[in-house]
Amino acid sequence: MASPNTMIETEERRFRLALPKGAGLIWVLAGLCILATLLSSSFLNPVNVMNVMRQVALFGIVSVGMTFVILTKGIDLSVGSILGVCAVTTALLLVGGWPVAAVVPLVLLIGVCMGALNGLGITLGGIPPFIMTLGMMVMGRGLALTLANGQPVGLGARAADFMWLGRGAMLGVPVPVWIFAAVAAIAIYVLRYTAYGRQIYAVGSNAEAAHLSGIDVGLVTFSVYVVSGFLASLTAIIFVSRLTVGEPTAGTGIELEAIAITVIGGTSLFGGEGGILGTIIGAGILAVLANIMNLLGISPFTQQIVKGAIIIGAVLYEMLRKRRARH
Amino acid sequence: MNAIVGVSAEKPVTSAADVFLEMNGIEKSFPGVKALQGVSFSVGRGEVHGLVGENGAGKSTLMKILSGAYHADAGTLVLSGETITAPTPASMIDRGVAVIYQEFAQAEHLSVAENIFMNRLPRNRFGRIDWKTASREAMHAMDRLGFCIDPRRLVGSLSVAQRQMVEIARAISRNARLIVLDEPSAVLGDTELEKLFRTIRTLQAEGVAFIYISHRLKEVFELCQKATVLRDGKLVSTRPIAEWTTDSLIQCMVGRPIADYFPQRNARPGEEVLGVSGLSRGKALKNVSLSLRKGEIVGICGLAGAGRSELLRAIVGRDPIEGGEIRLHGKVRRIASPRKAISLGIGFAPEDRKTEGLFLSQSVRFNVTISRLGNFGSTARLNLGKERVSVRDYVRRLRVKTPEIDTAIGTLSGGNQQKCVIAKQLNARCDVLLIDEPTRGVDVGARREIYELLVDLVEREGLAVLMVSSELPEIIGMCDRILVMREGEIAAELPRGASEEEIMKHATFN
Repeated sequence: MASPNTMIETEERRFRLALPKGAGLIWVLAGLCILATLLSSSFLNPVNVMNVMRQVALFGIVSVGMTFVILTKGIDLSVGSILGVCAVTTALLLVGGWPVAAVVPLVLLIGVCMGALNGLGITLGGIPPFIMTLGMMVMGRGLALTLANGQPVGLGARAADFMWLGRGAMLGVPVPVWIFAAVAAIAIYVLRYTAYGRQIYAVGSNAEAAHLSGIDVGLVTFSVYVVSGFLASLTAIIFVSRLTVGEPTAGTGIELEAIAITVIGGTSLFGGEGGILGTIIGAGILAVLANIMNLLGISPFTQQIVKGAIIIGAVLYEMLRKRRARH
Repeated sequence: MNAIVGVSAEKPVTSAADVFLEMNGIEKSFPGVKALQGVSFSVGRGEVHGLVGENGAGKSTLMKILSGAYHADAGTLVLSGETITAPTPASMIDRGVAVIYQEFAQAEHLSVAENIFMNRLPRNRFGRIDWKTASREAMHAMDRLGFCIDPRRLVGSLSVAQRQMVEIARAISRNARLIVLDEPSAVLGDTELEKLFRTIRTLQAEGVAFIYISHRLKEVFELCQKATVLRDGKLVSTRPIAEWTTDSLIQCMVGRPIADYFPQRNARPGEEVLGVSGLSRGKALKNVSLSLRKGEIVGICGLAGAGRSELLRAIVGRDPIEGGEIRLHGKVRRIASPRKAISLGIGFAPEDRKTEGLFLSQSVRFNVTISRLGNFGSTARLNLGKERVSVRDYVRRLRVKTPEIDTAIGTLSGGNQQKCVIAKQLNARCDVLLIDEPTRGVDVGARREIYELLVDLVEREGLAVLMVSSELPEIIGMCDRILVMREGEIAAELPRGASEEEIMKHATFN
């Protein structure tokens, strides 16, 4: 008796689960793009399209790291501050006369170290991710402001040999978009085709079962914060290159943006479910939405209200989907 | 509507006085499934009524209708002669029906008193909670049940057995007249079960009725006055307990006779694969030694808390050990983590599948292969095609009933989940399998399949199995040697064919 019964149930469940999750999001994005074209003639203007893509790329890179973290049932609130510290250091080192070839790896290393600190606090210290990265967020911002003396650090004469990363283009596509594409491709590969990727999902689904399955839960958890820190510092470099200035307040609030993108993209805050493709589309949805509102001249204050409502809506949708799947 | 009228016309009116609950012609469908068809069922005052059937037979659905959580598509629900028209969970509680599920709905961070009086804490004149009265009343409710827990303790700090008692105390303090116990024994050891039975009998004498759902037929015979069998959503038979035998019950549940329940064993043990000597860990394990040979099934039994699960967990490196050594194929090994154990060929299927054994939201494929992904290409480049082929092979060999290998494992039945847990160990290429409660939450038909599978692995593939179980028939029917644990020690080693009495003698104090 049990078997035919469960078969029918599960098939139905799969059907419901699969349909709105992957396919639904891309339609939301497509719908938004069509809406944008209808509402404003300048949406499809090449300059505007480039801008939107750059936006997607910058938020997208941080969000890929956030997706790794959230898949393990964690959270990283410190990415904005890591970005700030790295932006200031990039500018300071460049102004101090360091060659670009040395600055880039050094700054990436700083991001890795800050992420590692998060990871150590969480795994060895047993501090909840929310608290550990909250502390790091406050500390990091303080560090960025201290290093920069509270002032933006302009690149001055060094801007010329560093602008390419943020402002340049290859084959008509902005360099940051290429970088994002590479990051996303590697992340997709890692999550799908490597044992490490599986282990990330395993740790997020059930840490105890993961431990008993022979997975080094501490190491996997540690590693995702390193990845997140690394990608935040990479974003910082692109930021500075694009703006030709290292602002100590750079990246403020980007952690919330990245969490929103990840969640809208269908990655569960309860861990173990979701992926990079959703995150890419999520970044697209938020960027196009912001763009529509900008083009229509909607005030930034109103934009915040809309954005917040969308985050709540996305999580609510996930909850409803899960509840329905359970019955 | 016709059905309802038709059924109620048939019912005997004479017994109305001593019948507490009557369910007549209950029908319930879910999309694509007829969960219940024309089930008529009654429970008298002060009666303990056993409800048995395989997983998916409709027991839970029937109880959910009784509790008001589901609405029946057709049929009537009569309590003390009064037909209930639109039952809701709240109204059924008010009418004296309490359902105690396997997973308790308790607030772990609140005290015992708060849990017992949830939403109904006594207040003083100013609307402040009167803690003194609450504690006293809670003590009083627990007293009636013959147990005593400090009402100020947090429920989260209690044992499962104690939490179950708190749940019953809550039902009693709400004047429950009918208490449904859904698999209460799954989480209890023998002494705790004894206590539960005593409580049930005390309440029964006061006229409280029980519906007792259990996979363990022995308990049904010990406790119930009547037993009802559900199969495929239909009521197969209701009879006084004296008219049932274990065989007839099982036959009724499965729908076919079971010649002999446990597969034939033909043990030819080889050399020792796993040796343990002097293993110690605090009070849980004291100087435990054992030896497990190739092609052998060794059973570990004992009361709850005797150290059975702790022993397995210590061997696989889940819990650190304080003394003793572990040998694998004659070599002394230090096993500091489950990771190490797996690499040495020790597989471990833990007691609680849902919280320790499986990734419920992930697919069958994910769950089976996670134990050793290196089997499929390199860990830096998994060959997903090869993985699928391998998983399909396991699904076929172990007869896992699943629509697809990408189905979420949480949607499968207990028996199929357990087969996946075993497949997971095989994927890790273990030659020693430690399995804790192999058939917990597995229905009768699938149990037999699990037994056959284990025997097959041992006899054909030369696995060595160390099996912990609270079910003595299972230990006796399956194992070549039986180790009885008591208070962290191995109290006795018995040969195949030892009797339940003999085992119990060693498991309890002499």
